[in-house]
Amino acid sequence: MYIYDEFDRTLVDERVREFRDQVARRLSGELTEEEFKPLRLMNGVYLQLHAYMLRIAIPYGTLSSHQMRMLAHVAQRYDRGYGHFTTRQNIQFNWIKLEELPDAMTDLARAGLHGMQTSGNCVRNITTDQWAGIAPDEIEDPRIWAELLRQHLTLHPEFSFLPRKFKVALTASTHDRAAVKIHDIGLRMHRNGAGETGFEVMVGGGLGRTPFLGKTIKPFLPKRDLLSYVEAIMRMYNQYGRRDNIYKARIKILVHELGTEKFAREVEEEWQSIKDGVLALDHAVVADIAARFRYPGYEELADNPPELAKAREDARFRTWLDNSVSNHKVAGHAIVTLSLKPEDGPPGDATAAQMDAIAELADRYSYGEIRVGHEQNLALPHVAQRDLHALWRALDEIGVATPNVNLISDIIACPGLDYCSLANARSIPVAQEITRRFRNLDVARALGRLHINISGCINACGHHHIGHIGILGVEKNGEEYYQVTIGGRADERAELGTILGPAVPYGEIADVVEDIAAAYLELRARPDELFVDTVKRVGVDPFKDRVYAAR
Amino acid sequence: MPLVKAGHIVEDRFVRVLDDAPVPEGVAVILPAARLLADARDLVLRQAPTGVIWPNDRKVAELAPYLDWIAVVALVFPNFRDGRAYSQARLLRERHQFRGELRATGQVLRDQLLFLHRAGFDAFEVTKDADAAAFAEAVRRYSVFYQPTGDGRTSTLTARRAHGASGTAPSPSEYVAG
Amino acid sequence: MTSPLQQKLKVTGPVVVTANRLGDGAVVYRSADGSWTEDLAAAAVVTTTPAAIELLTAAASDKLRAVDVYVAPVELTPQQQVLPGNLRERIRFYGPTVAPPGES
Repeated sequence: MYIYDEFDRTLVDERVREFRDQVARRLSGELTEEEFKPLRLMNGVYLQLHAYMLRIAIPYGTLSSHQMRMLAHVAQRYDRGYGHFTTRQNIQFNWIKLEELPDAMTDLARAGLHGMQTSGNCVRNITTDQWAGIAPDEIEDPRIWAELLRQHLTLHPEFSFLPRKFKVALTASTHDRAAVKIHDIGLRMHRNGAGETGFEVMVGGGLGRTPFLGKTIKPFLPKRDLLSYVEAIMRMYNQYGRRDNIYKARIKILVHELGTEKFAREVEEEWQSIKDGVLALDHAVVADIAARFRYPGYEELADNPPELAKAREDARFRTWLDNSVSNHKVAGHAIVTLSLKPEDGPPGDATAAQMDAIAELADRYSYGEIRVGHEQNLALPHVAQRDLHALWRALDEIGVATPNVNLISDIIACPGLDYCSLANARSIPVAQEITRRFRNLDVARALGRLHINISGCINACGHHHIGHIGILGVEKNGEEYYQVTIGGRADERAELGTILGPAVPYGEIADVVEDIAAAYLELRARPDELFVDTVKRVGVDPFKDRVYAAR
Repeated sequence: MPLVKAGHIVEDRFVRVLDDAPVPEGVAVILPAARLLADARDLVLRQAPTGVIWPNDRKVAELAPYLDWIAVVALVFPNFRDGRAYSQARLLRERHQFRGELRATGQVLRDQLLFLHRAGFDAFEVTKDADAAAFAEAVRRYSVFYQPTGDGRTSTLTARRAHGASGTAPSPSEYVAG
Repeated sequence: MTSPLQQKLKVTGPVVVTANRLGDGAVVYRSADGSWTEDLAAAAVVTTTPAAIELLTAAASDKLRAVDVYVAPVELTPQQQVLPGNLRERIRFYGPTVAPPGES
């Protein structure tokens, strides 16, 4: 993980001092709400239904145990003892007072944490997949490039007042766990014919009211050109993105209206003027950033050590092992996913006590490092296989070892109308009811990998468009209704889901999900044909018929 | 509204001329874009300085032929959230090498002054008196800048290159329990 | 954001004016004496569009204490008790309908 140097620390401290002054000027009335709102958004401070919400960035989903302890402290000292991990690898606190925010931010800054640009019309938290640096199928660690970009786009004087928000994601694996195709800029690291590593650059992905998948405008961009090329894209967007209509202000609309080729040409033209200038990345600059990335001094261990072989005799442990533990690129090690989706719990939430306990376990078993995934689960990235059984017992004790990772009860949900002022309907209780219906893990396992994504409004923070089953909350005559889509996917074969049929009321949505699951069992060609592949093969109609037959 | 230049509130010697009004002789003027483009051949001969106010939805490249004699380019922030003129400013300074006065007009507030300065503006029609008075403080809020612009401030990109690979890990004792 | 003065207000039942308190974001309601209260029972209830606009205008000009001011429906019980008038207002008044993690 990246260790701040003096520059990084100073910048965050200066940002906190500036925000403290801005809050004081707001409370005194010197700044109007209209003048203050963009400023507080640029520090991740929202006003929600009940209180202010603080969104803290976890750059590319990597967190130290020290930082996790600070999050637990903030939850306890300034909030109500818990936090929510989001679909963009951030964490949210729901009850913070504006008056106390400067102090909370001062505390966070001591651990190198901040809310810079987690909201507002600027570049948001740059995400990658939570297995960056440890996955066997990765060609190199994308986080170094994410960090280079993060710095370049932080408090960038030209790009802090964009037409709208801007989201960037990177992947360096053939299997895209970062959903790069639904980002404003998606970057896929890959090797060209000559064996060089570079980026496929995709632009204009995004969900919300008008979902689009990103279009490739540069099949292979050398590493050297990353900053200058992104600068050219941003400059295009800043100047020509629409500012007359907030529903048409994302870059996806600009790309769509200009056409991909014209957009690519315009970027190319701008880029030609700057590509050999000061933003060209040379070895020294990259090496400097890379030098501050710390990697564990892994022990030399063998796969399947005797402790693990013996532990497999425990059936409960074996179930968890098969579900939540994944291969690591270093022999004798494993990646452990911590499910934050207990039955009946709000998806993606953790208490301060859990955060502290996880920090402790990270120190003991994972070289002090934790990962946050966009599925709203956590991971311990560097676990020795011989420690898996002991770790599991501890995780089980604190309630983060539900073996439902990637199953139907591993639901991704936005906070919805229970918290969010933009929402039309609730999402958390819908998620909870579904986890109750599928509490039987044999049933859940029989259904296989099945991602449900729930959004409480069209802003799609739950990413429902790319859910295998997507659920969108809408309002009809003052009542909560839910629109269902199926067949979406977020990976390298990304697709938007297809609407199943008319929206159903709150009381029926869990029944609909059960009917879809039943239909899948009936329709699948083989037990190992994934739900999303069955939908691809047979289409939506067979599902629609079964679900709506009695409705 | 106060004009700030070189860190101080100064008197604005430039007179705004509306679209078809006559251009006074011997007076520094700022003209609308259309006027400048139409009358450039005459305006270049003026004894007094000539400036232009350029809308934020027009390419500044159109100004390129005139930049060697235009005294002021005034760019526009119709509201402070409309950031198009930041790009225009950087292009004028860094692409077109404009060396005259680059003036920020429209809604110009304290919390954008440093961004504006970094983008190349050197004159500011600051909306609020209190913000104009606080200019010097506002542009000194930060000492660290990640990205190089044309403003001459050292960025971390260049500073780190000079240091070579370096960086110390923070000590664990930095955390103090609340 | 549209100014409340530009919102096309059409009051068809009892309403209150509500907002979030600037300092801590808490849900508050405008009372008849021009203060803000967390207690819905102490909120000024009006039933006509002109009265709502008047209450809203006065409340919206109080930029120092409350933000995101708007008109919200309420329900009057037969005993004249004031209750939130829709799901969103119920959630704002009573809090989230779901327990935080660690509690059931």
